[in-house]
Amino acid sequence: MVNESLISLENIARTFYLGDSQVHALNNINLQIKKGEYIAVMGPSGSGKSTLLNMIGLLDQPDTGIYMLEGRDVTTLNPDELASVRSERMGFIFQSFHLVPRLTAAANIELPLVLAGMPVKERTQRVTQALKEYGLVDRAHHRPNELSGGQRQRVAIARATILRPAVLLADEPTGNLDRATGDEVVRLLEALNTQGMTLVVVTHDQALGNRAHRQIRMEDGNIVSDVIATESVTHAQEVNPTEPVKST
Amino acid sequence: MKISDTFRFAAKAATATPLRTSLLVLAMSIGVASVVILTALGDGARRYVVDEFSAIGTNLVIVLPGRSETRGFNPANLVGSTPRDLTIDDAESLLKLSGVARVAPLVVATSEINAKGKLRETMLVGTNSEYINICQLKMGLGRFLSKTEAGAGSTEVVIGAVIRKEIFGAENPLGKTVRIGDRRLRIVGVLAQGGRGMGMTTDELMIVSTATAQSMLNTNTLFRIMIEARSREQIEEVKSRVLKAITQRHDGEEDITVITQDAILQTFDKILNVLTMGVAGIAGISLAVAGILVMNVMLVSVTQRTSEIGLMKAIGATSAAIRQLFLVEAVLLSLSGAVVGIGLGYLGAGVLRQLYPTFPAYPPAWAVIAGFGTALISGIVFGVMPARRAAQLDPIQALSKR
Repeated sequence: MVNESLISLENIARTFYLGDSQVHALNNINLQIKKGEYIAVMGPSGSGKSTLLNMIGLLDQPDTGIYMLEGRDVTTLNPDELASVRSERMGFIFQSFHLVPRLTAAANIELPLVLAGMPVKERTQRVTQALKEYGLVDRAHHRPNELSGGQRQRVAIARATILRPAVLLADEPTGNLDRATGDEVVRLLEALNTQGMTLVVVTHDQALGNRAHRQIRMEDGNIVSDVIATESVTHAQEVNPTEPVKST
Repeated sequence: MKISDTFRFAAKAATATPLRTSLLVLAMSIGVASVVILTALGDGARRYVVDEFSAIGTNLVIVLPGRSETRGFNPANLVGSTPRDLTIDDAESLLKLSGVARVAPLVVATSEINAKGKLRETMLVGTNSEYINICQLKMGLGRFLSKTEAGAGSTEVVIGAVIRKEIFGAENPLGKTVRIGDRRLRIVGVLAQGGRGMGMTTDELMIVSTATAQSMLNTNTLFRIMIEARSREQIEEVKSRVLKAITQRHDGEEDITVITQDAILQTFDKILNVLTMGVAGIAGISLAVAGILVMNVMLVSVTQRTSEIGLMKAIGATSAAIRQLFLVEAVLLSLSGAVVGIGLGYLGAGVLRQLYPTFPAYPPAWAVIAGFGTALISGIVFGVMPARRAAQLDPIQALSKR
């Protein structure tokens, strides 16, 4: 492959229709993400950053454009194929954790393995390992409502990473946490990044955004700046001219 | 997703809302239990009637004086008028027909029994020694009427258990002389308690020989002639031979009615079976209601678990997997309702049998299977729509819902 990007978005557009008005959530986005990158996507509410994350995570399909994941065009896959790619290559972390309330911490972590149809023996082995790694051994049989916020997010991260995905997508991962536990969670995500997992974080938090090696700023469905911190290179030339969202 | 995991996950999801789940299981079980209990009642009634008729005897062919206007069994047959009398000679002649095992003539009247200064009015039956075999009665004490020459009267009498108790108490009545009407007769036997014949209890009968009864009543007609065919297969042949033989004896006039026990039995069997099915159908409506309840509960469940469904999709669940989870949950709910309902139904039928020991209220197997099947099918049918709704949820919208 000529293109060595892990993720390559070409002219991706996504428009939502709210009643009579059109909302251009994504406006011809072009984005290349290499393996192992640590990216923060920032911008005001409604700038399209969550839509971008959902697009990368294959929860959403673009109206136009081509999305290549590991050199494979994933815009043409059917829903079942998308589900299997999500299962194998994507890890999701949400602001509100999204743990299944009736399941224990261990069972929540096990869920992706159950859905993937892994044999019980291998499952327990992997879950035990994950519980150890994330310091949740003594919380394994607690339900989410018996866990602290930090513990809940650790369970969510353990669940997101148990199938060793290529990309970890975090939507405001510290949004529901105080600063201390938030920092703890961020360090955990960064540790996973240093192990080679590509990390994309969507956040409002400037401090959190600044920790990323590459910062993408979005406004009205466009990428307005794309800065790689260590190299201090601005990709302003790749950015489309800003167009205001029109109501028709 | 593996099947065992699907079942475990669905079961956990169902038990996570214990109140809602148990109410639903209760509703479903009431539906199934009502099918089981009501069919037990209907089928019990059928069996009760069939047993009563079977108790008359086996392979019975009954000759009634008078011709019925309609074919088949008709209640009017039992009270038909008598254009030409049936006589004891008619009965004797039937014994020569092939396929006939036993013949017992029957004379019935009410009379008084007088003994030890006590007087009691009761039913008098005049017949012969074969009656006990044809009607399958049992003796409590002594023996039945002895075989006598045709037409010869004897002074023997067999009494029912209740009459014996009322007149003699604990005393042994065998060999005692009693006065019946204007005759003095000797007791040779007492019938066992609880016997039934011709739909009436034998506890209050007095049985004497045909000739004695006829001379007491100053008549030579018979009330019925009871015939036992040699086998079940021969019943129809015997019926037509009897009809022909008596018609011949009655100057070619067909003035009798011959009915078979089988025909009566089958008619009752049919009527009561239809009744049972009707009752089961009514009970089945409650099952349909329970099915709609399953759908409602599952729809509520899908709404409540929207964000969970979104998450499952995000971490790799296919639409088929989600659909399966919810469908299995619906089926599990209906199945547990069915199991509880069948348990309740058997319990209810058991209580009925305790309350009315003579009433055989056993739920028929077909009703239990049908109740179970209907519950299962309604679970599937009414589970499909909610499951599809869950599977079709858009993951992003589902996730954004808290």
